[in-house]
Amino acid sequence: LSHGGGGKAMADLIETVFFPAFGPGSGEDQARLTADALCEPGARLALTTDSFVVTPLEFPGGDIGKLAVCGAVNDLAVGGARPLWLSAAFIIEEGCEIALLQRVVASMAREAALAGVRIVTGDTKVVGRGSADGLFVTTSGVGVIPAGRDLAAARIRPGDVVLVNGVLGDHGAAILAARGDLALSTDLVSDCQGLGHLMEAVLAVAPGTRAARDATRGGLAAALNEMALAAGCGIEIREEALPLRPEVRGVCEILGLDPLYLANEGTLVLFVPEAEAEAALTAMRSRPEGQGAAIIGRAVAASEGGAHTARVQMVTSFGGCRIVDRLVGEQLPRIC
Amino acid sequence: MTLPTMEQGFAIRVRGQVQGVGFRPFVWRLARAAGLRGDVLNDAEGVLIRLVAQDCGDFIAALRADRPPLARIDAIEAVPQVFAAMPEGFSIAASAGTGAETRVTPDAATCPECRAEIFAPGRRQGYAFTNCTHCGPRYTILRELPYDRARTTMAGFGLCPDCAAEYADPADRRFHAQPIACPACGPNLWYEAGGKEVAGDPVALAVAALKAGQVVAVKGLGGFHLACDAANARAVALLRARKRRPSKPFALMGTEAMIRAHATPSEACWRLLRDPAAPVVLVPARGTLPEDVAPGMRALGVMLPYTPLHHLLIAAFGGMLVMTSGNLSGAPQVIGNDEARKALARFADGFLMHNREIARRLDDGVERAEPPMVIRRARGRVPGTLPLPPGFDAAPRVLAFGGQMKAAICLTKNGQAMVSQHLGDLDDAETALEYDRTLRDLAALFDHAPELAACDPHPGYRATVTAEGAGQPLMRVWHHHAHLASCLGDNLWPLDGGRVAGIVMDGLGLGPDGTIWGGELLLGDYTGFERLAHLAPAPLPGGDRASREPWRNALARLDQAGLSAVADRLFPDAPRALLRQAVGAGVNAPRSSSAGRLFDAFAALAGFAGAQSYEGEAAMRLEAMARPAAPYPFDCRDGIIDPAPMFRAAAADLAAGRDRGDMAGAFHAGLARAFCAPARALVQGGRARAVALSGGVLQNAFLLRECLAALDGLPVLLHRQIPANDGGLAFGQALVAAAQRMAAAKSL
Ligand SMILES: [Fe+3]
Ligand SMILES: [Mg+2]
Ligand SMILES: [Zn+2]
Ligand SMILES: [Zn+2]
Repeated sequence: LSHGGGGKAMADLIETVFFPAFGPGSGEDQARLTADALCEPGARLALTTDSFVVTPLEFPGGDIGKLAVCGAVNDLAVGGARPLWLSAAFIIEEGCEIALLQRVVASMAREAALAGVRIVTGDTKVVGRGSADGLFVTTSGVGVIPAGRDLAAARIRPGDVVLVNGVLGDHGAAILAARGDLALSTDLVSDCQGLGHLMEAVLAVAPGTRAARDATRGGLAAALNEMALAAGCGIEIREEALPLRPEVRGVCEILGLDPLYLANEGTLVLFVPEAEAEAALTAMRSRPEGQGAAIIGRAVAASEGGAHTARVQMVTSFGGCRIVDRLVGEQLPRIC
Repeated sequence: MTLPTMEQGFAIRVRGQVQGVGFRPFVWRLARAAGLRGDVLNDAEGVLIRLVAQDCGDFIAALRADRPPLARIDAIEAVPQVFAAMPEGFSIAASAGTGAETRVTPDAATCPECRAEIFAPGRRQGYAFTNCTHCGPRYTILRELPYDRARTTMAGFGLCPDCAAEYADPADRRFHAQPIACPACGPNLWYEAGGKEVAGDPVALAVAALKAGQVVAVKGLGGFHLACDAANARAVALLRARKRRPSKPFALMGTEAMIRAHATPSEACWRLLRDPAAPVVLVPARGTLPEDVAPGMRALGVMLPYTPLHHLLIAAFGGMLVMTSGNLSGAPQVIGNDEARKALARFADGFLMHNREIARRLDDGVERAEPPMVIRRARGRVPGTLPLPPGFDAAPRVLAFGGQMKAAICLTKNGQAMVSQHLGDLDDAETALEYDRTLRDLAALFDHAPELAACDPHPGYRATVTAEGAGQPLMRVWHHHAHLASCLGDNLWPLDGGRVAGIVMDGLGLGPDGTIWGGELLLGDYTGFERLAHLAPAPLPGGDRASREPWRNALARLDQAGLSAVADRLFPDAPRALLRQAVGAGVNAPRSSSAGRLFDAFAALAGFAGAQSYEGEAAMRLEAMARPAAPYPFDCRDGIIDPAPMFRAAAADLAAGRDRGDMAGAFHAGLARAFCAPARALVQGGRARAVALSGGVLQNAFLLRECLAALDGLPVLLHRQIPANDGGLAFGQALVAAAQRMAAAKSL
């Protein structure tokens, strides 16, 4: 692919790569959306945007396109919104293969169909060599939060139960393996998946659900710390309860990585009142995205005083209690 | 009108640890015996004595010579005093000034008089809470200042007439002893097993359980201990299994005769054992106790009984006891009765309990006598203050937050430093809470409003994160500079004393170049430093995991020395290929000049297999096996101290089947030479005035002796009261921050 202005080459690219996958454009510089879903009184619109950068662009279990669609869908879903429409913008480095681009776009279309969302508008830019790393994708998503639904970390109360939908760290470990620097002989596959249907299934049986997060970059540790801070309470998880694939555990042990900090791309963290926890767990396990669901801990009262009243702690398999901080920059060793 | 008679005399000011230690009654007795008139009182600056006398030289000499056991005199100044009227005799006057300045002294081991009392007929025979002004609990029972009974956990115990009489009599050694008690009015003891109190003599019940090989939780001074029969290998193994503590040495308690039977303490060791602080002292073992008490060590950590309860228990048991802190490994020890019943139930078969509450948690201190060195600053030393070095009189009030793994804080005020007790690893949630509490507690206790805060620059230290949120102007002090300054301050090196060569060897600390340091030769003072030489950096494969698994460091170092084939032979089952790729790709393999990791690497080469079950295990075992030997060679070029030649020589020795103890000795000697030679050159070339040795690795006595030999004839500064490891960081941070602030103010 060569770097071009807004001319014929670009029009060809859009026609040969994007229209076949996403359908033809409206011919206008905007998407026009039917607002029926919003007409319900009390319904709210949710809007999210994210940029995606990943090396390699294709990896076991996904590619940058699937990541971009799932990312937007999940950011909407964990807020209780039903995802409806997406936009997608592409920054393509000169030299990027058309075939790769076609695969990525096809994967986006497939993932969008699975999630029940439509990609309704987009943009494409080609930049010179070295100005980008192959391909960057930005997606924005619009969804509708039905009336009466209010998911927010601030609603978390001590005693609430924490659930996850499946094993942790698969995405981070799969990406590490796919980079090729390490001869990791594993069958690790990214967990990259949309969580919209899973959220709907949970909310149907656990309407009191307080809050949810998509534990992406920074892993479960980052998601929990963010929520503890917003909720103003503590969170206690149990090491023994964390679902981990033995291969991921093994890779982490050898490389000295902590699975709590490994990225995920389809991992839901859910806070549910105790009374609804079992129902939520069963609902999750009944769907393919929730096969490995588990209760991993609970919200607890903020610890007394001090500089860090809201903190995340993990009861270790030894019975001790370790603080799970969010990662500060790169992980530097600390043992003196 | 008649002029009043003007009597000539002196006002004598005594500074130091002179309050709450029986100093005023001591002065009172001294004055009475000399037939002198005047008075004595406590005030904000210490003790003030007013004396009618022509000369006070003899009196001052007696103050110094005969001071009470727990008193420490820093300074005595006498000025002439004119009395408007002749005093009635000699009296103890009311305290002057506010209470917040009234110091509380550290807890002190049972004194010989009290010990004799509990073993002789009398009203305190067999009484576990006997004490006097020369001994007993202080800081651990203190709720708030000023230190008097109403503000201690003795508040609920009203004095009986006998105790009240002793308390009020200046001639009695219990005059104003705040925790004074007897069986009629004081706390009492009981034994619990199976969730309920057992009828009978509590000490006898505990002894029976111990004799049966059981584990007994014993409520002590600053927390609970878990005790078992040290001579019973099965009891020791049971305690290890329950505590999940496979090999970390246990502390032991016994009488002098028992210690003599199992160890060979030097005179210096005995002096330290008998110190009122009663620390755990590392002494050479005879090898008569089960190996499992301190696996792989040649020294035992022993202490004398330091409360009447311990004396009664040890005497009735008749042998040495393991006395390890009652906690989960890594968590702070338990102090409350209910807490103990809950948390220690899975460790202990019975509980020796009492109803005097512990207000403050304090571990046993750990020290070494030769050379004298505090390894863990704790009970008996805290809250003692240390004078700041000359030049720091006008230092700002600093609050230093310390490090991550051996957290301790330091406050400076009025030319003194207060270094907190060892708190532990801040990754542990309970320890982090204790850390936060200690910050609040010491600020209140010492009425300390910081003008300046100091911390390590490592962004991942919880102490640093706390400091950033504390709201004072914050100075970040480089890790190894803080180590160096803590050693200088421990030796009262003057602010303008000039630069010294600092050999700082430790595990890991963030350096100004963004890499992880740990084997450094610095040239510096309190205000600044240069890095003149350091160990050649090597990767830490797996980051922090390399600190737990010594073989990772051996792999990295052997690969670096061109000895990959040796690594392949030594670690056939390790994931070598993957880790080598991780090193190549820079996946969690930061480079470090750590001396601690070099020790780990050599220990793995010399046979240490698997993971360490406690911090420093591999290095401690290497130290324990070392025998004097000719040094291995290190390269030193352009300030890079390269261990590759040492590894090549060691690998050849290994192949030749040389004794591991000799190899360990050659390693220690080689490392010492490699650092001491350039340090010596700095002193002899006039660039440095002395050599300072700091960092946790230099708590290794074998290495320290090799360094002292290599530095023979030069002025050498060693740690004494401040730990050389990260427990001393806060003190160093405070000194550097204060020095830099004063320098900045001067240059304005
Ligand atoms: Fe250090
Ligand atoms: Mg987002
Ligand atoms: Zn006494
Ligand atoms: Zn009494």
